[in-house]
Amino acid sequence: MINTMECAVDAQSLISISLRKIHNSRTQRGGIKLHKNLLVSYVLRNARQVYMNEKYAEIYRMQQYEEVMTVCNEIQELNPLDLAEDCEEQSGDCCGNDGVSEPASLCCALLPVSHLTAVQSAHIQAPSACSAPLSLQSDEVCKETEPSFYRSCCAEAYPVSNWDFSTVNNNLHCNKTTVLDLDTHVVTTVENGYLHQDCCASFQQCCQGAQSPAKKRKVDFEYYISDIEEVPDFTPCKRAKFEDCSYANSEHLDTSNISNLISIFGSGFSGLVSRQADFEQALNGQFCSKQALASLGAWTRAIVAF
Amino acid sequence: VVGAGGGSNDVQWCFSQVKGAIDDDVAEADIISTVEFNHSGELLATGDKGGRVVIFQQEIENKSQPQCRSEYNVYSTFQSHEPEFDYLKSLEIEEKINKIRWLPQKNAAQFLLSTNDKTIKLWKISERDKRPEGYNLKEEDGRYIDPNTVTALRVPVFRPMDLMVEASPRRVFANAHTYHINSISINSDHETYLSADDLRINLWHQEITDRSFNIVDIKPANMEELTEVITAAEFHPHQCNTFVYSSSKGTIRLCDMRASALCDTHSKLFEEPEDPSNRSFFSEIISSISDVKFSHNGRYMMTRDYLSVKIWDLNMESRPVETYQVHEYLRNKLCSLYENDCIFDKFECCWNGNDSVVMTGSYNNFFRMFDRGQRRDVTLEASREGSKPQQVLKPRKVCADGKRKKDEISVDSLDFNKKILHTAWHPQDNVIAVATTNNLYIFQDKVN
Repeated sequence: MINTMECAVDAQSLISISLRKIHNSRTQRGGIKLHKNLLVSYVLRNARQVYMNEKYAEIYRMQQYEEVMTVCNEIQELNPLDLAEDCEEQSGDCCGNDGVSEPASLCCALLPVSHLTAVQSAHIQAPSACSAPLSLQSDEVCKETEPSFYRSCCAEAYPVSNWDFSTVNNNLHCNKTTVLDLDTHVVTTVENGYLHQDCCASFQQCCQGAQSPAKKRKVDFEYYISDIEEVPDFTPCKRAKFEDCSYANSEHLDTSNISNLISIFGSGFSGLVSRQADFEQALNGQFCSKQALASLGAWTRAIVAF
Repeated sequence: VVGAGGGSNDVQWCFSQVKGAIDDDVAEADIISTVEFNHSGELLATGDKGGRVVIFQQEIENKSQPQCRSEYNVYSTFQSHEPEFDYLKSLEIEEKINKIRWLPQKNAAQFLLSTNDKTIKLWKISERDKRPEGYNLKEEDGRYIDPNTVTALRVPVFRPMDLMVEASPRRVFANAHTYHINSISINSDHETYLSADDLRINLWHQEITDRSFNIVDIKPANMEELTEVITAAEFHPHQCNTFVYSSSKGTIRLCDMRASALCDTHSKLFEEPEDPSNRSFFSEIISSISDVKFSHNGRYMMTRDYLSVKIWDLNMESRPVETYQVHEYLRNKLCSLYENDCIFDKFECCWNGNDSVVMTGSYNNFFRMFDRGQRRDVTLEASREGSKPQQVLKPRKVCADGKRKKDEISVDSLDFNKKILHTAWHPQDNVIAVATTNNLYIFQDKVN
């Protein structure tokens, strides 16, 4: 377990720093340093692990909250006057923080989607469940998780839209979280704290949606690799294009790029290394990125895309 | 005056000389990339990023002035490697000298191996202090004499001339490494040597350049499964069949060439389990071994990772027998050191002549010595401020917490651009060569 005390929030910045290093290494004199890039990939992997863990904790907490809200709504249908207050309290207890905003409106917004939020491990109890047992259950769950989970669980403010990658972007209202439920294959989006259902899409469709940024990235990635292969000197116009991709610019690093690049590097030391290492077989960039993205499939099941 | 190295507590280190440019504006080509004494200690070679080798020679001691140890002066300078371009792979090959290793001396000439990322060269350094004079068909200035005017013949004789040191490349060992060469090591059999890159180790004969034997290959069938690379390799000082190589995962493998032609399977694996409480994002980086050196007696080996130096007994694989913290105060700064790339710095380490003291470099132009017997360590600084002749070096101390005492330096004021990566210890005497970015400092123990 990675000691997250030092840089828990910095997982994101570490990922962008690492990707920038890998990017820069391609233009360094003397060729790609295999050793250095291997070490950078380890940092990338560690940071991604922490990042994913925290993301999962977020999702889990969110689903816990949704369950509570669902139960509250059902109770509200039965007796809207008595139990609304109880529900607010319960939701606060469940997440164990004070950062809950707009719970009442969330309550209302959640009404139509109560049927979507089922996670197999969670059980929606009887209407009378808006009481101690449910909150106890969630507390227990909170405690059972690893310390890093626990820390994320209780320390992060809700809603998740507060988790804003771009420090430059002060847009407080435009954040979306899209969650792919692995079991029901349903994509849901939380926008501005309002949860609504995107689609009852098929798994493929969801994957398509998840992969389309990857396709875009694949093009860039391929271009990037083939550029190194074929052109020994880097002309200014090509370099400008890199910047357009906002690949290297960590301040504006698109969050979708992070997820997809994480996926590319997630399955192993592929893409980058296979390019250099297979010089003997004279592989071209096209093959390498395909190889890298072929392993993307392993990660599509666990993608959380922004 | 010549004596074995005593404990670092007994020895008072004094400034002797500094070589290199004074100005702060460092030309990249002048950055020193390797330092190595020859087997007698009379010669000291440095290699730099520009592909140049400079050899210093210790003058014969001035017996009338025992206070002054003899000095090292420039003996020979030559361009060992030039930048190359691999057109097939569209790769530039740096001319930076990664390692220099001296061959044991067999005759009047000196031989050394120098290597960049791809090519190893055997250089012969020889002296010429006589030249033939009295040719029959040639004037002294080289003009040809008309044979018809020659009436008598004479035998040319050698006459003394000003000393000239010539360096000539005798062998070029090329095209054997796909990845970047990090080590060369000469075998005690005086015939073979090894060269190691990130994934492979090759065995060469010193005379044969057109082929080498691959003895270690850790390249996985699928590069996606790559988890570690070779970081350093060295032959045992006495056993010509034994060598070790270190990895980026912090392991050292000892191999016996008698066991099989391919030494992918190790005879011994030296590894210390990681302390789980120290786990961080950067655990893999700081456990990567940057240097491995056998002790002179061949019973121990020393490894350097980012924060520590470890001494291993060759008979015990489970853990090192000694561990010395070089700059533990950097453990909380790993994040910043990762951002500015310092965490990738490859520090080397060295033994003194009798294996009682080990030395390695650090930041802020500090270098550290650890006395194994007396369990003491000292931090010294290589700087122009302390560079009056025979001036004793003052021990330095870095303050890790906020309570900085007088003369201590706080961690935050360390200059991470001033790093000592390469150090060398004279094989017999207490004379050390310490390379800062572009200067070479020579320190000696105080002669009473």
